Amino acid sequence: MSINQNILVKLKNAGFRINNKSLVKGVSLQVEKGKIVTLIGPNGSGKSTTAKIALGIYKKIDGEVEKYTNKIGYVPQKISIDWTLPLRVNDFMVLTENLNKETIDEALSLTGVIHLKDKNLGDLSGGEFQRVLLARAISKKPELLVLDEPVQGVDFTGEIALYELIKKISDELNCGILLISHDLHTVMSATDHVVCLNGHVCCSGSPLDVAKNNEYKALFGEQASQILSRYEHRHDHIHTDEGEIKKN
Amino acid sequence: MLDDFFIRALVAGIGVAFVTGPLGCFVIWRRLSYFGDTLAHSALLGVTLAFTMEFNIALSVFLISSLIALSLIQLQKRTNLPGDALLGLLAHSSLAVGLVVIGFLTFIRFDIMGLLFGDILAVTVDDLLIIWIGGALILLILKLIWKPLFASTVNYELAEAEGLNPDRAKAIFTILMAAIIAISIKMVGLLLITGMLIIPAAMARNISTSPQKMVIYSIIGGLLSVILGLFSSLEFNTSSGPSIISAALLLFILSLFRIKQSIKLKN
Repeated sequence: MSINQNILVKLKNAGFRINNKSLVKGVSLQVEKGKIVTLIGPNGSGKSTTAKIALGIYKKIDGEVEKYTNKIGYVPQKISIDWTLPLRVNDFMVLTENLNKETIDEALSLTGVIHLKDKNLGDLSGGEFQRVLLARAISKKPELLVLDEPVQGVDFTGEIALYELIKKISDELNCGILLISHDLHTVMSATDHVVCLNGHVCCSGSPLDVAKNNEYKALFGEQASQILSRYEHRHDHIHTDEGEIKKN
Repeated sequence: MLDDFFIRALVAGIGVAFVTGPLGCFVIWRRLSYFGDTLAHSALLGVTLAFTMEFNIALSVFLISSLIALSLIQLQKRTNLPGDALLGLLAHSSLAVGLVVIGFLTFIRFDIMGLLFGDILAVTVDDLLIIWIGGALILLILKLIWKPLFASTVNYELAEAEGLNPDRAKAIFTILMAAIIAISIKMVGLLLITGMLIIPAAMARNISTSPQKMVIYSIIGGLLSVILGLFSSLEFNTSSGPSIISAALLLFILSLFRIKQSIKLKN
């Protein structure tokens, strides 16, 4: 078997325990350049834990994790920032890497928060802060993006725009994305591979494969399954430049 | 020029302020005030050991403080006691042991007040060298670890995920804390060193909008405190440490008015 040069991070039967209580176990997955892998699952199913295993935040893990890049951008699900720090958006952008003004401005414009550049981080709303987090993660032009619920608290139209942006970034930078989301509708439009977690990998594959899977149906219900299949159904056509719909 | 004790004290104090400024900001940001206190209390043990073994005081304090910092990390891993209880345990037991050892050292004339509260008469040219060379080294190392240390102060997981190695930066920072206490003990005294770290930085927090500004204001605040404090110490014949810290407190109170103003402007 030849080594795939495109692999950015690979989990082999990985798991993590705290005080002998397993948070997640037996996860095998890989993220490749230009591909989006999405983790779905109910609350407490180990999605964030899996992301932290992949990132190397958790060190004493079961199984193995192989990382082939150090250029990583991370949007954590929860971030508690101590407001004893006088920290403006601009300072936050250069937190882990020195960037020039153009790069910072470009990233903030892409996520629509350039006007907040000189604002104190503590004065932002939840949605604004989420956009800044995403801007920071993409500004360093990472090879691997790990996005843990990246659009939480963002308004509905913004949510769609940000998911489109994520897809665009993945294409432009050819970076791999490990995405965690609970929003089945929006996510599936861009995902190459879905991993459905419930303390372990309950099923995985293309969005359509997962939708058909019985375990998935049991976990999310028949309705969720229809969302995924309907999505596949909806895209049996392409949009031409003239705005016409053409059947495949 | 350095023959004059007051000039020596001034040069020493200015050197100390340059280092306590930036370190103090991290003490505030990382909530390490009580940790600084613990290291400072353990310094007494370092001083007494230096006297018994005729060893350099700064070096001895540095070693003992580092040892206490390492014990703290080990105790945190191996016991279920909360952090503040462990800090209290280490602070008071090392202070007590230090005082007991002093009790045995009847053959040495000991200026315990000078040790606790600083003594500008005691600053020698050798001390100046230690403060300025040691201080420059501390600042240089802090500059090198700034990025990972600051990033992990803002958010540990971000720093770790994006490959900055925050654990190493934290360990190095702990050593720097021990070092600043070692070099500033003669000036400020071991009971008040934490004040020199946190009061100018707290003052700076009140008037700054970015981390860089806070560091600069913190240094300026420290310098002013040292100069004001030492002159009043000379004038009123008071200990140097309390005088410097009182001056710092004065600046802090002044900075509160600035906050009031900016809150008014916002409304």
